[in-house]
Amino acid sequence: MEYILIIISAIFINNVVLAQYLGICPFLGVSNKVNTALGMTGAVTFVIVLATIVTYLIQTYILNRLGIAFMQTITFILVIASLVQMVEIILKKVSQSLYQALGIFLPLITTNCAVLGVAILVIKKEYNLIEGVVYSASTAIGFGLALIILAGIREQLELADVPNGMKGVPVSLVIAGIMALAFMGFTGIVK
Amino acid sequence: MAKTESTFRNMALALTLIALAASTCLGFVYEFTKKPIELSILNKKLMAIKQVVPEFNNNPNEEMFRLPTGEGDSLDIYPAKNNDAIIGYAVNTYTKDGFNGNISLMAGFKPDGTIINISVLQQKETPGLGTKMTELTFKDQFNEKNPSDFQLKVKKDGGDVDAITAATISSRAFCDAVQRAYNTLQKGELK
Amino acid sequence: MNQLQNFSKGFIRENPALVLVLGMCPTLATTSSSLNGMGMGIATTFVLVGSNVVISLLSGLIPDKVRIPAFIVIIASFVTIVDLLMQAYVPDLYEKLGIFIPLIVVNCIVLGRAEAFASKNSVLSSLIDGLGMGLGFTMALGILGAFREIVGSGAIFGYKFIPGDGILVFILAPGAFIALGYLIALVNRIKKT
Repeated sequence: MEYILIIISAIFINNVVLAQYLGICPFLGVSNKVNTALGMTGAVTFVIVLATIVTYLIQTYILNRLGIAFMQTITFILVIASLVQMVEIILKKVSQSLYQALGIFLPLITTNCAVLGVAILVIKKEYNLIEGVVYSASTAIGFGLALIILAGIREQLELADVPNGMKGVPVSLVIAGIMALAFMGFTGIVK
Repeated sequence: MAKTESTFRNMALALTLIALAASTCLGFVYEFTKKPIELSILNKKLMAIKQVVPEFNNNPNEEMFRLPTGEGDSLDIYPAKNNDAIIGYAVNTYTKDGFNGNISLMAGFKPDGTIINISVLQQKETPGLGTKMTELTFKDQFNEKNPSDFQLKVKKDGGDVDAITAATISSRAFCDAVQRAYNTLQKGELK
Repeated sequence: MNQLQNFSKGFIRENPALVLVLGMCPTLATTSSSLNGMGMGIATTFVLVGSNVVISLLSGLIPDKVRIPAFIVIIASFVTIVDLLMQAYVPDLYEKLGIFIPLIVVNCIVLGRAEAFASKNSVLSSLIDGLGMGLGFTMALGILGAFREIVGSGAIFGYKFIPGDGILVFILAPGAFIALGYLIALVNRIKKT
């Protein structure tokens, strides 16, 4: 039951992008086509869940045991960077087309604040490993949801007449704002 | 600028040296800031205690003890004394039912259980709604009330507490934290 | 370009947040008040200057293939230093900025400047670049924060000038997005003239 709460909260109520302000750069950068958005979501989900597991284990069994919790930032980001590198290598071998489609956005997952953010949050919220995995997977789904919705809207926006100064980032931000407003309506779900 | 070749030896050497230098520097800074950090956490606690119990001349922090809540954990209790006579207890209580996460309060009780004052330590509620719990218009209704005859529930749930308009969840959570503090003190049967 | 141009480009021409559209997460998250936003900006500036200088100093010695991990370790170290110093000396600001302080390490501005500038330029240029970019970032955060604070809570720099609340949506997420969107559009307009 607890898990359902974590899932719904992470996807709708405290959506990682629209309420927690994480993962904005790729959110704005990869959202112009629904297909790339889908691919990005898959890659991010994979990295986030793996990263959460590894960083959780490192925090519990190494950092806390040795009393060097201040090394959290360095170790976490190195873990994430290595995982992304690994994903890149695997993807190149397994699916050349997806690798090409994602292009530069793959290494950019390293700087996706959602990945590091979730890893740190799992420790802060004192989740255990299973809750952490559920939370990180749900966060990734929430990220994907926001991304895909925005991509869908932007594909339609191509046909609309956007004022010159607003084209690109500004109008995407305003749309994201309206999406955030809409998502705030979900807060009534719990209780 | 001369470039170092990317031989395995050079790469391994460079990374190891940088990692060593980084860890050493960080270790230094950590040691250097340990005391100030502890001090600022202590200060914050003391300030909160001062706000919720009458003037004391003991050291509540040194005399801090823990009481079980009955839910598997325990709360920190800070006794306030005037010339060795107990004049109040400051209880560091919490609730997990906050709208946006945990809320922690410092609740001051007289030895007979009457609430003296409550100070909000940490909350992440919705600005303009749940955050109003820190305002006197909401908080002060608890002062001078004894939970044995003042029901710590919002009026909607049959209690005596005036909830914050449109912030029922935050108000409920606040009550939950105060109730937890009161129950813990009562269980401890302190006089 | 001379050092003056190097320094000033971070303010309008190549403002990291408003023109290069980097570092969006802290820009949106920490600007519910002007002082918080600028506090974030200063912390980021510290990291930027520190890592730019160190990376510029070591750029000839770091083999090319490991430069990204090396940069990351250097940047992460400065972030940890800022984190510890803030925890010790400005605990209130530290609590308000929360998770976004360690997230400075993935702020694309820092890694971006390290890669694009510090690894290829002199120590002095890198220092000034870091300072200019960082202060420009701080300025952007300050402006966005001021707008959100004034409209959203009827206050500026913590001083309320109306009783009660302002248009609350601006202190919340939707307002952040919308305000930033229009701010960037405004800067685009200014740049064109």
